[in-house]
Amino acid sequence: MNLFRDALAWLLDPAQHTGAGRIAARVLEHLGYTLLALAVAALVAIPLGYLIGHTGRGRQLAVALSGAARALPSLGLLTVLTLAVGIGDAWLAATVVLVVLGIPSVLAGAYAGLEAIDRDVIDAARATGMTEWQVLARVEAPLGLPLLVGGLRSAALQIVATAVLASYVGLGGLGIYIQRGIALRSYDEMLGGALLIVALAVVVDAVLAAAARVARTIAAPARQPAVHTAD
Amino acid sequence: MNARQQHRPTVRRSPLRALAVRGAAVTTLALALTACGGGEDPLAPTSAPTATGESGGDAPVVVGSQAYYSNEILAEIYSQALEADGFEVTRQFQIGQRDVYLAAMTSGEVDVLPEYSGNLLQFYEAETEARSPEDVAAALPDALPEGLTVLEHAEAQDADSYTVTREFSESNGITSLADLAGYDGDVTIGGNPELESRPYGPSGLQELYDVTVDFVAIGDSGGPLTQDALRDGTITMGNVYTADPVLAAGELVALEDPESMFLAQNVLPLVAADRAEELAATLDPISAALTTEDLVAMNARSQGEQLDAATIATDWLTEEGLLG
Repeated sequence: MNLFRDALAWLLDPAQHTGAGRIAARVLEHLGYTLLALAVAALVAIPLGYLIGHTGRGRQLAVALSGAARALPSLGLLTVLTLAVGIGDAWLAATVVLVVLGIPSVLAGAYAGLEAIDRDVIDAARATGMTEWQVLARVEAPLGLPLLVGGLRSAALQIVATAVLASYVGLGGLGIYIQRGIALRSYDEMLGGALLIVALAVVVDAVLAAAARVARTIAAPARQPAVHTAD
Repeated sequence: MNARQQHRPTVRRSPLRALAVRGAAVTTLALALTACGGGEDPLAPTSAPTATGESGGDAPVVVGSQAYYSNEILAEIYSQALEADGFEVTRQFQIGQRDVYLAAMTSGEVDVLPEYSGNLLQFYEAETEARSPEDVAAALPDALPEGLTVLEHAEAQDADSYTVTREFSESNGITSLADLAGYDGDVTIGGNPELESRPYGPSGLQELYDVTVDFVAIGDSGGPLTQDALRDGTITMGNVYTADPVLAAGELVALEDPESMFLAQNVLPLVAADRAEELAATLDPISAALTTEDLVAMNARSQGEQLDAATIATDWLTEEGLLG
């Protein structure tokens, strides 16, 4: 595959590793937007998801709203928001767009994690005299953790892939290589940029997969003691 | 139903074969879908040539356009004029960017498309030295691949420019790129990401005008985001196209380019060579009449009044007395 060889040559070319537009700087920008958006999405969606999962109310509304959020065209939203806040604050618009994209997955992970727990376990927890907060913190949250991390993983993947749009509003990131590669027909650059995004997505996913393994070990031993330790 | 019943035994016999059968079904479906859209797929390299063999005659003229609103207005002007002259016209508008529609033209799927002389030349001759409208037009016929040619170009241009706010221009006395060498402040330019690598990007400014600039990539081709960045000072100069109605409003000013860093971008019809002669009789008078002011005015009507391309085209043709 010549194209892949060209893309690798492009990636290794010292010209891509010097100056303001060097690859490392672009990767950091891309990663920065991704992590910021993922953190904000988690801050918004986890409490909301726990509320829905714990009370069992509002699920229909959440499903409908997050479905609608998924359907929003990100590029259109980005343009409108950037024009609204001014291009000097374009990072804010980009973050909102990526957060909107990430919320549905995290939200679904949070409430589905709670809903998947055997009702007997929760009833038992209540029967031992746990307060609602204790039920949430000591039983539901640990047991729901694996599904929540799954939601975070899928949100992270979508955000990494969509952060490509940042270059459209002057924020740089790895999207620059793709947009420029298309316009200049320099497909080595375009493919090189795409490979970088794929690599970044794989790394982010691997980190979260490790987190998921930790989450499962937290959830599994919690099953027995969660009921017994409460007194 | 029948097909499904026949498949079932294979599923039991070998999961691999079942997969193959399913794969084949998916492929067939994909092929069927592609075949439906075949006439519209500009990427299909081997699609049947549409009646290009029989030059002249009654074969319909396929008019294409870029995925750019202003270009669609021009394509609509060509189409309506051709219809008024008795041609049967098929409209194939919004065919993406240059790679895509040029492939459609060389394969004979599209017969006419409004082009911009400089960008067209640069597509085939990246290193071209031609800059003026005449030089660019003269270099084009040799640069184009066999089977394609261009007709007379219009005076109208939709060229790249470096644009600043009127306030910046007046308070610093800068009306030309040549004035920038004497400017003390930092200059940041904004434009599509590829501008950074273009000959008229930062390197061209350095070489021809002795200005060192920073670059910010804003990907909307000089549209509202770029203009917004100019107004709030994120960038000093933006790469805005000269037929953009915003320049007519006066708040933004395009700087002069005395060293001809930018190529001329005259509007001209790119046509299939075997139909050039019959089409020229209709399209040359259009090019003779079309000015940059006309183009700006039509773009302004599209953006401001939200009129459709057909209405704008009819009005202009009627005004110029080119219909019938």
